Amino acid sequence: MATSMHSPIPPVIEAPRSAPGRPRRGRTNTELYAWLFMRVSGIVLVVLVLGHLFIMNILDGGVQRINFAFVAGRWASPFWQVWDLLMLWLAMLHGTNGLRTIINDYTRRDGTRLALKGLLYTATTITIALGTLVIFTFDPKI
Amino acid sequence: MSSVAPSAPTNAKKRPAGTLYRGREGMWSWVAHRITGVLTFFFLFAHVLDTALVRVSPESYDKVIDTYKNPFVNLMEIGLVGAVLYHALNGLRIIAVDFWSKGARYQRQLLWAIVFVWVVVMVPGAFFMLKHSFDVMFGSK
Ligand code: HEM
Repeated sequence: MATSMHSPIPPVIEAPRSAPGRPRRGRTNTELYAWLFMRVSGIVLVVLVLGHLFIMNILDGGVQRINFAFVAGRWASPFWQVWDLLMLWLAMLHGTNGLRTIINDYTRRDGTRLALKGLLYTATTITIALGTLVIFTFDPKI
Repeated sequence: MSSVAPSAPTNAKKRPAGTLYRGREGMWSWVAHRITGVLTFFFLFAHVLDTALVRVSPESYDKVIDTYKNPFVNLMEIGLVGAVLYHALNGLRIIAVDFWSKGARYQRQLLWAIVFVWVVVMVPGAFFMLKHSFDVMFGSK
């Protein structure tokens, strides 16, 4: 009789649990900004990443048409250079922050947490630097 | 929808529809979001490296890109596209839950809505991505 179909009872959102013994954060808003960044970058990435996947994998023959000449043609245009640069930075930072959360969730020992984050930030720095360098120094007549 | 078994006490309907992140759709959508996020992130490392070969030589780049054109790798690409698409759609759902005043109330319906969109996009998407592999394996090209 009571039709709860159009107005279901809202779910209860419980306070998140935290791992025992984890040190409390200082009085800064870093986590708030990280949380906001995930959402803002996510919205921008919807356009950049889904557009990229559509163009590269589906449009016009998809992956079969991709080769060096195809890349040279695309990166002749500042539009695609900016697109790819923005996508590289946002996806890397978004993914890195996501992995930081996951490391915080599952590591119990300070040493493990520190080591994994060190590895993560090193890999991220190298990858962003390499990708940026490639976009800026690309030479079609190599 | 949430059909109550005949023997269930009548006040079962009055209880909240689970908690957002424990059990049922809310939890599994989160598990899938986490797995697809990590998968995409790890692929991204490999993808920046293979693209960096354009800075080495056209031959080395073309050679590595050829692996993407192999029918088996093609299947994995469809898996990756499906993972990214789920993550993107569910990311928008998370944003709706956080910022839309009715988002938490409709989180379950939102999930089924994005699953529907996922299927509607993936069916033709997978078809176009597989087209060439079919042509190569079964004739016509
Ligand atoms: C395409 C558009 C995308 C949208 C809309 C999106 C949205 C989101 C949102 C809102 C979160 C935060 C979840 C939370 O705080 O509970 C998140 C987490 C995450 N995202 Fe994305 N994302 C996108 C693309 C990507 C890409 C390209 C990657 C990989 C480089 C990625 C990797 C991750 C990871 C690893 C997490 C952490 C998951 C977790 O904590 O469980 N996302 N995403």
